[in-house]
Amino acid sequence: MDLIVEGIWKALLLLFTLDPEVLSITLLSLAVSGAATLISLVLGVSLGFAIALTEFRGKKFVISTINTGMGLPPVVVGLFVSIFLWRNGPFGFLGILYTPLAMVIAQTIIAAPLVMGITVAAIQHLPRNLRYQILALGATRLQMMRLLVREARLPLLAAVMAGFGGVISEVGASIMVGGNIKGYTRVLTTATVMETSRGNFDIAIALGIILLALCFIINAVLTYVQQRERPR
Amino acid sequence: MNSIQSSAGLLEARGIKVLRGGFPVIDIPTLLVEHGRVISLIGPNGSGKSTLMLALASLLKLHQGSIFFHGQPIDSSAARAAYRKKLAMVFQEPLLFDATVFENVATGLKIRGMKQQEIDQTVEEQLARFGIGHLARRSARKLSGGEAQRTSLARAFAIRPEIIFLDEPFASLDPPSRDSLVDDLHAILRQTRTTAVIATHDRMEALRLSDILAVMFAGTIVQTGTPEEVMNRPADEQVAAFVGTETILSGTVAKTYDGTFAVCIAGTLLEAVGEVKKGEEVVCCIRPELVTISTDTPIGHSSARNTFTGTIVKISPLGLFYRVYLDCGFPLVAYVTTQSLKNLGLKDGTRVTASFKATAVHVIKK
Amino acid sequence: MKHAQFMTRLCCLTALLCSSMIGGMAASGHAADQKNIILATTTSTQDSGLLDVLIPLFEKKTGFMVKTIAVGSGQAMAMGERGEADALLVHSPDAEKKFMEKGFGSSRMIVMHNDFVIVGPAADPAKIKGVKSAPEAFKNIAETQSLFMSRGDNSGTHAKEKAIWKASGAACAGQKWYQETGLGMGQTLGVAAEKKGYTLADRGTYLSLKNKLGLEILCEGDKSLLNVYHVMAVNPDKWPKVNTAGAKAFADFMVSQQAQTVIKEFGVERFGQPLFFPDAGKKE
Repeated sequence: MDLIVEGIWKALLLLFTLDPEVLSITLLSLAVSGAATLISLVLGVSLGFAIALTEFRGKKFVISTINTGMGLPPVVVGLFVSIFLWRNGPFGFLGILYTPLAMVIAQTIIAAPLVMGITVAAIQHLPRNLRYQILALGATRLQMMRLLVREARLPLLAAVMAGFGGVISEVGASIMVGGNIKGYTRVLTTATVMETSRGNFDIAIALGIILLALCFIINAVLTYVQQRERPR
Repeated sequence: MNSIQSSAGLLEARGIKVLRGGFPVIDIPTLLVEHGRVISLIGPNGSGKSTLMLALASLLKLHQGSIFFHGQPIDSSAARAAYRKKLAMVFQEPLLFDATVFENVATGLKIRGMKQQEIDQTVEEQLARFGIGHLARRSARKLSGGEAQRTSLARAFAIRPEIIFLDEPFASLDPPSRDSLVDDLHAILRQTRTTAVIATHDRMEALRLSDILAVMFAGTIVQTGTPEEVMNRPADEQVAAFVGTETILSGTVAKTYDGTFAVCIAGTLLEAVGEVKKGEEVVCCIRPELVTISTDTPIGHSSARNTFTGTIVKISPLGLFYRVYLDCGFPLVAYVTTQSLKNLGLKDGTRVTASFKATAVHVIKK
Repeated sequence: MKHAQFMTRLCCLTALLCSSMIGGMAASGHAADQKNIILATTTSTQDSGLLDVLIPLFEKKTGFMVKTIAVGSGQAMAMGERGEADALLVHSPDAEKKFMEKGFGSSRMIVMHNDFVIVGPAADPAKIKGVKSAPEAFKNIAETQSLFMSRGDNSGTHAKEKAIWKASGAACAGQKWYQETGLGMGQTLGVAAEKKGYTLADRGTYLSLKNKLGLEILCEGDKSLLNVYHVMAVNPDKWPKVNTAGAKAFADFMVSQQAQTVIKEFGVERFGQPLFFPDAGKKE
């Protein structure tokens, strides 16, 4: 128990003294996961929309594939991405293994199906005739998308939170494709694993607390936006 | 198939078919909607009314045929986009956005890029017109059924459509809300001379609002005509069964008494109960079960105020009894049991006396 | 249908955006490829903190960027065999020899050594305190069926441990008192401390955690407990993409005077004794 208290103390200390290493680790976590979530948002919402609103052969199969993708184990994603990015692998010529970019790619693969799946469900949940109503009001396709996104903003914001939460807290893919290189690809989760394996439990707990605080703050902001102007 | 002959066609459908799973959901060789008229599509559930509405509004892909607006075919995405900016549609569910009433009504105007000042003005007007001005700032989630549908209508009329499609707009409302809204809509349609296509399964609503009635069964239009034509002279048994063959008569109020009045229909006076003014246009509906037929009662000896002589035009069987079409100077339909038919020896051409109480006349003010 | 058109257009747009992004970053990455060295090393080496001092020195001196990937010795050499690393810094001599024999390495040089110690609870149920021979201590542990924690992860430490078990002649595999954690050194020590068991640890990691553990050094100094580190450059003949210049520069650096001095002095301030002993140029 006192280990946890020690950890909290350490966390506060590291933050207040703006320990440069902890700062860089934290900022990198935010940058990588933030970028991955953003890309997943664009991909996920646009594709999710298109899939939800179009009728095509094999639609159910595509949707079930997306839903399966929501539960992809991050470490498996990391393994496959690293195999692809190995020097002697198919995309080795890009030379991006053990870089933050590789981490963004892996995390996007993890988060995109999540955002996509929730978007599909959210759009399908809207009243059937709503699209016709919007079109009958003279809206262009883009205007319709904007209006539908506004109507589905509650589940869509939940999708963003789910996607972000999933990737900022994952460690398997980050270690495999990032390599946990000091000052370059080390993020909060990989640093926590490393410090734990070293036996530096206080630092590990401190990093864990910082990660929790980060998640909480970001989700609090998003929840506020989500729940705003809902006079009940 | 019946079709309306006219020259002032605003919207025309030619040979349109929509398929689902290889089967035609709607198959309409021809349909013409005239400028400034209100046409109602009536028919049972599943007859294809909603599909036809969506097709006429270019919201559904047609597998065959095309629609013409102002004589121009709507066959390209550009034509569709332009057409959609000139129409409006209201559905059975209000389908309001998660915003205030004001923002909802302004949606169509915002989409058309109108300036905020103009939007404010137009929205205020529409809210006032539909009697929801006091709800402008209220969230759409906190409206009653009637208020929500009024908002949906205000949103549709705000864009000043050339043609408006209403798909069972009052079906989800409770009777009082429905009645007041039907009245308001009738007045507004008259005022703005907006062409309208209304789908409904409520005969009274159709009667109240429309100039033309089109009856749909299994995806095709089986009869078109004025409400009286369709109700009194249904084209076949199917239509007859659906419209309920009430006798429908239009006339002018000739005299008023205390609580009752006499209406002049085709030169004859009918007595009915109601509060009307002299000279008012009314429609009288008489349920066939309330009409009694006899072959010998002379005028003056019955308790029914309305007693007329007439000739049997047609008799058709209807399960447990028969439907008898009479010509008493105006069309009248009565039900007669098999027994009575035999006893009275009724056949085509027989002269009979038909009577019904003043209270049997259901009055609709036009 | 209109939606399908929209969907395909949007798909193409996003795909284009993404690939141009990746292409852009990759292009800049590719140019930097020759500046990057992938160094595969072990977790215990990284955990000691020695590399945190040496690598920056090397990078500043040569301008190369070193990507230190800390995995088990087994995985490090597997990476070398596949050409996915340029240089290896490991401490598993038997496996290293096989690596060189199979022609995967172009050079192998001794860098430093430290030693392993057998630690356990102060109560010492197997009575190994003072025993000079490590295999004999292991034999005692087996005979008394005392709890023993193994890393079980093909790391250099694990390889050393297996060698000592072999020398002791005692059977340990599958025994109830022999538990494999599959974890790093620090964690394995933690588990041993919790369960009051024995384990084999490198002195460096033990020292840094000593205060929190409550375990004592019960057997040390035996020759079989020596832990020798070598640096190997991966052979470009098998894998042409290997950064030969970088690997050579790194290997040369590790045996250079500068690096060796750093190694000699590392840990003295913190623990009162050095964690490693420089061995460059010495006979095995």
